[in-house]
Amino acid sequence: MSIGMSIVGVPPARRPRLGPALGLLGVALTAAVLIALSTGSIALPLDRVLSHLAQAIGLPGEPLGARDAAVLYTLRLPRIVLAAAVGVTLGVAGASLQAIFRNPLADPGLVGVSSGAAFAGSVTMMLGVAGLGLSRSGLSLSTLLPVTAFLGALAATILILALARRDGRCSATDMLLAGIAVNALGGAGIGLCSYLGDDQALRQMTFWMMGGFGGAGWTQIGPALVLMLAAIAGLLANARRLDLYALGERDAFLLGLEPHRFAVRTVLLVALGVGAAVAVSGLIGFVGLVVPHMIRLWLGPVHRRLLPATALAAATLLVLADTTARSIAAPADVPVGLLLGAVGAPVFLWLLRARGGRSFG
Amino acid sequence: MLQADQVSFAVAGRRLVDGVTVHLVPGRLLAILGPNGAGKSTLLALLSGERRPTGGAIRLDGRDLRELPPRLLARRRALVGQHPAAGFAFSVEEAITLAVETAPCSAADRRRLIADSLHAADAADLRDRLLPQLSGGESQRVAFARALAQLAAGALHRDGADGGPCLLLDEPTASLDPAHQHHLLRAARTWMERTGGACAVVLHDMTLAARYCDDALVLADGREAWSGPMSALPVPVLERVFATRFVRMPAPDGQGAVFATTGQPPSGLDSQFATDY
Repeated sequence: MSIGMSIVGVPPARRPRLGPALGLLGVALTAAVLIALSTGSIALPLDRVLSHLAQAIGLPGEPLGARDAAVLYTLRLPRIVLAAAVGVTLGVAGASLQAIFRNPLADPGLVGVSSGAAFAGSVTMMLGVAGLGLSRSGLSLSTLLPVTAFLGALAATILILALARRDGRCSATDMLLAGIAVNALGGAGIGLCSYLGDDQALRQMTFWMMGGFGGAGWTQIGPALVLMLAAIAGLLANARRLDLYALGERDAFLLGLEPHRFAVRTVLLVALGVGAAVAVSGLIGFVGLVVPHMIRLWLGPVHRRLLPATALAAATLLVLADTTARSIAAPADVPVGLLLGAVGAPVFLWLLRARGGRSFG
Repeated sequence: MLQADQVSFAVAGRRLVDGVTVHLVPGRLLAILGPNGAGKSTLLALLSGERRPTGGAIRLDGRDLRELPPRLLARRRALVGQHPAAGFAFSVEEAITLAVETAPCSAADRRRLIADSLHAADAADLRDRLLPQLSGGESQRVAFARALAQLAAGALHRDGADGGPCLLLDEPTASLDPAHQHHLLRAARTWMERTGGACAVVLHDMTLAARYCDDALVLADGREAWSGPMSALPVPVLERVFATRFVRMPAPDGQGAVFATTGQPPSGLDSQFATDY
């Protein structure tokens, strides 16, 4: 596979053990969450947050005032949980797609899964609950959006699989090319929705597409959170089979895997998770690409190590990115998707350049 | 054991394998010989279950391969292919671990099994290297080690009711230096004796085949051109299917024979044909 190249990174004999690596990443995530809890327009000093959390679990400590506690539990915590969940979903989905495509540059955004979800989401926003003829169902937009976004992601996935499938096999190159076509199609659809939508829908759509966790409350994120957790659990359980698949479809079969069924199942799980993530947070790129890549350089490509480490690192990255996004130009809330795009694109280019000198394959 | 009866495989109207019958016998090393495009690799792909025959049937201990899920098949047969894939930067040890991970044994036993297989394939020194950084010959030794490890792990699953393992080797010596070519075929024989398994190997080197193989199956255009004991393989059969002259000499130590090619047209053809050629 000419495009299935890989950077080598830390030599296998010197790769760190998984336990300490995960411990390190866990500490980083905890620190990021604590920073995120105490940062914002209403300053909650870290020591007071810690003291409050300590007393909440029965340790000595002093509770926050009612207003501050409300800020903590109903404004910041859901937002942090959402950022972390989206991070884990995108990171694990990215790593899984990279194994399926046997290409470290595969990413939910790159192969069109995200834009399928975004297109379906745009249609939902343009038409609204009433426009879809569901006004009597009692569904809210926040319940409907994850479902339609998942359906959009699913449709895009099926389209990619159908376009790339020849003689019952999916070649990674064909899948990437099909992804480019699906991306273009999704982009055109989103454009059409913005053209047809009224001002309110247009504004809502535009901000949603930029990607961010603003306005996240427990009720809005609930349904998407459940879908994301289901997808994450399914993808994490795949680790060993992803390793086999990454060896190549033929080797995977020879070692006991049914490669085609497995690929389809994995891509469906990716669609489920990414659909839900896009529904609640819009388009957030590069996480699924850059984080697994970095972790692979550090811990190697074995997915039992890669997936959990990627999950923790991607959650940390998005919690920190969101904290930066809402404090960098406070009281304005910069869309985190824009922020990550501005930082992620150069990092991505740097990774591409770095491949040139040290690639194998 | 593994038996293919009158198997054919056609793709886009072209018959790559056409009515071939081959039975793998425990303890007898089978050489599959023939020119490029004769259907040798396709036959191995059929025997491994990777491809399904469009005619005839392949059975493992009497069960049709199509009925066996890949998971169970992987415990009984291994294939060393011609083009080992190198995608992500797995280390040699990690790649071999993938083949033995589900074995019902302790982690220490698994490590020993991997070490033994690497040693048998003379690849112990490659353990910490990365797959994409291996040379062609090194990749082949690692692929051979992985196949041995896979079958050793698969044997641990068995309850004794089944037959032995099957090892399929597709030009396993193509990128190896002469010493390693001999080492690999000796290792295949040792493996057969130790496990009671059967082994088929695609070879282009008739000297190697004559030295190490018990039986030969010669393919041409997807069909069987000759089959029988390797020691009885007639030179004219080789000259006919390969369309080149072969010289057969007794081996200095009496083991098998030494074959040489001279690049001349087959000796049995008249000069008229030779000039056309």
